[in-house]
Amino acid sequence: MFIVELGRGLWTVLRMMFDKPVTVQYPEVKRPVHSRFKGRHNLHRYDNGLEKCIGCALCAATCPSDAIFVEAAENTDEERYSPGERYAKTYEINMLRCIFCGYCEDACPTEAIVLGDNYELSFTDRRQAIYTKLMLINPVPEGGKPTPQKVTPGSFDRSIPVMENPKD
Amino acid sequence: MTAGLYIEYVIKSGIILIGMTLGFAYVTYYERKALARMQSRIGPNRAGPWGIIQPMADAVKLIFKQEMVPAKADKLLFLLAPVITVIPAMIITAVVPWGRSITLFGRQINLYLADVNVGILYLGAVASIAIYGIVLAGWSSNNKYALMGGLRSTAQMISYELALGLTFVSVTLLAGSMSLVDVVEAQGANGILGWIVWNLSQPLAFIIFLIAAMAETNRSPFDMPEAEQELTAGYHVEYSGMKFALFFMAEYIKIIAVSMIAATLFLGGYLGPYLDQFPILGPVYLFIKTMIMIFVFIWVRATFPRFRYDRLMAFGWKVLLPLALLNVFIAAVITVLVGG
Repeated sequence: MFIVELGRGLWTVLRMMFDKPVTVQYPEVKRPVHSRFKGRHNLHRYDNGLEKCIGCALCAATCPSDAIFVEAAENTDEERYSPGERYAKTYEINMLRCIFCGYCEDACPTEAIVLGDNYELSFTDRRQAIYTKLMLINPVPEGGKPTPQKVTPGSFDRSIPVMENPKD
Repeated sequence: MTAGLYIEYVIKSGIILIGMTLGFAYVTYYERKALARMQSRIGPNRAGPWGIIQPMADAVKLIFKQEMVPAKADKLLFLLAPVITVIPAMIITAVVPWGRSITLFGRQINLYLADVNVGILYLGAVASIAIYGIVLAGWSSNNKYALMGGLRSTAQMISYELALGLTFVSVTLLAGSMSLVDVVEAQGANGILGWIVWNLSQPLAFIIFLIAAMAETNRSPFDMPEAEQELTAGYHVEYSGMKFALFFMAEYIKIIAVSMIAATLFLGGYLGPYLDQFPILGPVYLFIKTMIMIFVFIWVRATFPRFRYDRLMAFGWKVLLPLALLNVFIAAVITVLVGG
């Protein structure tokens, strides 16, 4: 009956008042992201502190929105940034262009660029939207040395490491 | 009339005007909180503890917003319409009593602004004036959506006012008076039993009053005049800033007013236990009953979807009006049999 249905509707709404709200108080409480969440990019380092990025610009080539700019320079054994011949002197991602597709991560031969879990990318002007290498690169790990490093000649001649199968 | 009496009336009027304005602010807060909980949300909680100064923040925002007047609008009516809408809403509760009388500073002070002997008639009359504001707002905006909203609200309010007026008639018959003080006292004349008999003797009146009042105040599920999906915002689509706030204010003050009237006509107004010993409890009881009535309004808004316009009119004329007439008949029979 119509009146009974109205009453049932009202009762359901009233019952909901005593449920726990589902709201997450965002700036104070942050929900963890999923394991394959694609957030801000991180440039990784090896355990000894050398950068994984070798400046090949494959990420820039594969980027569908042309958000990445890479300028490579030569490594020397006096000033070594990464294994192999070259490193990324400039590495910039324009976050206004980036669509977080993750193709750069797929293209990277050294697993240097990985999309992380930081989704709080806000800026107040277009200049700030360009994330430089300094902002993207991970800190030097425990036991490693900051780049550039002075190394014994001939010890880091291989730029692409032996790859492993993905674990997750 | 002595000077003291003048001061008394000024203070009482001030209490009504300021109370209604503040009441408007906090009814919006109350509604947002209650509605949020009904939808498993939290509601405003950022401005101040538990979001308690959120209405103030909203007011400041609205005051500092840009005021726009459309180029082809009828300027005078456009500026006048919000005022015409808000004034009746502010003055409608002047006849609603808050309590019996208290002694303050050696003066016997009646806890009502005016005990008009045609109080119920006053309610109906003032409620009708607000329609002018809405229809003029719709017309003067020179906007098709606003015009449609204004037309709809006029048609809707006139249709439902009949049913509303007929519930007033049944109350008047039972109380034998149009003064709201007499109506309240008639409900309390025979204690709690008398009050139960009062409501049982007019079985439909309260429900018809609630439905018609929701239509009168343009509340969901009768918010046809401002159906967002069809009319963008209805009659106030061209209004911004404080002029928009006045329409908003009128709507919420009308909800308070209608809740107060419902509490007075059907829930025993200021009556409650220990009122004879402590007459100051009168306003407290009225406040509690009004809050419950406002909650019912919010509850209904959270539950029911909007009526279709033709069904709204059909419901008003073909269902509500005959039922209200039947209710008047029942009330009249009871009055004749029992002797009112």
